[in-house]
Amino acid sequence: MLRGRDLVALADLSGEEILYLLETAQAMKEVLTRDIKKVPTLRGKTVVNLFFEPSTRTRTSFEIAGKRLSADVVNFSAATSSLTKGETLKDTARNIEAMVVDAVVVRHKASGAVRYLARELDVPVINAGDGSHEHPTQGLLDIFTIKERKGSVEGLKVAIAGDITHSRVARSDIHGLLKLGCQVVVVGPPTMVPPDVERLGVSVSSSVEEVLGEVDVVIMLRIQMERQSSPLFPSLREYSRYFGLNMEKLKDVSRDLLIMHPGPVNWGVELSPEVAYHPRNVILDQVTNGVAVRMAVLYALIGG
Amino acid sequence: MDIPRGYRLKKVLMDHVSMDRTLTRMVHEVLERSRGGEDLAFVGIKRRGDVLAARMARKLEKVVGGEIPLGKLDITLYRDDLSLLDFQPRVGRTEIPFYIEGKRVVLVDDVIFTGRTIRAALDALMDLGRPKAIQLAVLVDRGHRELPIQPDYVGKVVPTSHSENVLVFIEEVDHEDKVILVEAEDAQG
Repeated sequence: MLRGRDLVALADLSGEEILYLLETAQAMKEVLTRDIKKVPTLRGKTVVNLFFEPSTRTRTSFEIAGKRLSADVVNFSAATSSLTKGETLKDTARNIEAMVVDAVVVRHKASGAVRYLARELDVPVINAGDGSHEHPTQGLLDIFTIKERKGSVEGLKVAIAGDITHSRVARSDIHGLLKLGCQVVVVGPPTMVPPDVERLGVSVSSSVEEVLGEVDVVIMLRIQMERQSSPLFPSLREYSRYFGLNMEKLKDVSRDLLIMHPGPVNWGVELSPEVAYHPRNVILDQVTNGVAVRMAVLYALIGG
Repeated sequence: MDIPRGYRLKKVLMDHVSMDRTLTRMVHEVLERSRGGEDLAFVGIKRRGDVLAARMARKLEKVVGGEIPLGKLDITLYRDDLSLLDFQPRVGRTEIPFYIEGKRVVLVDDVIFTGRTIRAALDALMDLGRPKAIQLAVLVDRGHRELPIQPDYVGKVVPTSHSENVLVFIEEVDHEDKVILVEAEDAQG
């Protein structure tokens, strides 16, 4: 059982709560393997996807998760909303709540926006990514995928490579993995690694090649091209050489290294195109598991 | 053997030997009604019906030979009382490692009471396919049905009052085989 009413950040959860969600997700995954992929658990409940930032994958994943549990899922996207008429975030959310809904899934470009809404609204609020703060369901699905492949996560060493400073995925992964007893090493150019990041309990490395030999899992983050107006590294080619993964670097890695990525991948930048077919690449498993994990979160927050 | 707080033991209804004998008798009844055991499969409702189903399947295998398909059903996602509970039940895994299409499924649970668990189990089973038939086997029928559902095979009928409860202990889960009748301590007479 979860203590809180909302899911804003993995930093808020205990290791036990995370394990509870993973165990529930395991049961949910079985539902996805059936011919009839639907159970009546959330019949009569309404979930609103309130997305103030573009997203296809996460929104669709939440939508499918809700529908597999028989909830009604409504999508609200900022482009078509009255935000363009100047309505505030709070007003928009309160109006949606006034339509008598049971949960609100929120994505927003501002870090902290979801926590703010969770305080303002009476219904459970689920964070689908807020700025560079957290993306808790992505963190959960990453850990679920690792656990599924490795049996257990305790004691594993996990590398996270990319723009650590701006990545909400990295932050959720770090909090979740550390709570379950993993060691985490972050990798990236100095411009993309927060100066005090060790205080979270992680170590730092400045080259992917250096850590590949000693980790069980490598999570490659997406380079956000949209941030390249003020570049944090000299060129994509240089980034790719030091912080990307290719077959050459993977050649000597003989152990059961898992290669993960939250998607969408910039093929040729953080991952070379051939890595798409690497047997240790579990990127599509992550997507499937995302649905199971989001079903577990919906069940935990509004299932009873 | 743990009796829940607020209850006292009223009667021991079954021990290891009588439970085993009861299950054997029920398996023979199943066999009698199915003319040779063809297409039979056992599905137990978690968390004790699945163990009883496994025992019944093993007993049947001894009689007819071959392997009897066996599955476990978790009905949490199908409960009709989720919004009434003040705790959140853990969702367990349903494991049905065979096609239930065309099978004669014997659904197994430890105790039948209101019938609501069985209603949920029937819905859960139907979502997995279309069995040829579903029959219900329970170790104890304690009465007080709230739905028109009756078992086909019953280990023991135990008339109870609402202040009483039937508890089934299974070796694989509780370290001993025993069925007891308990009564609320504040119950009158």
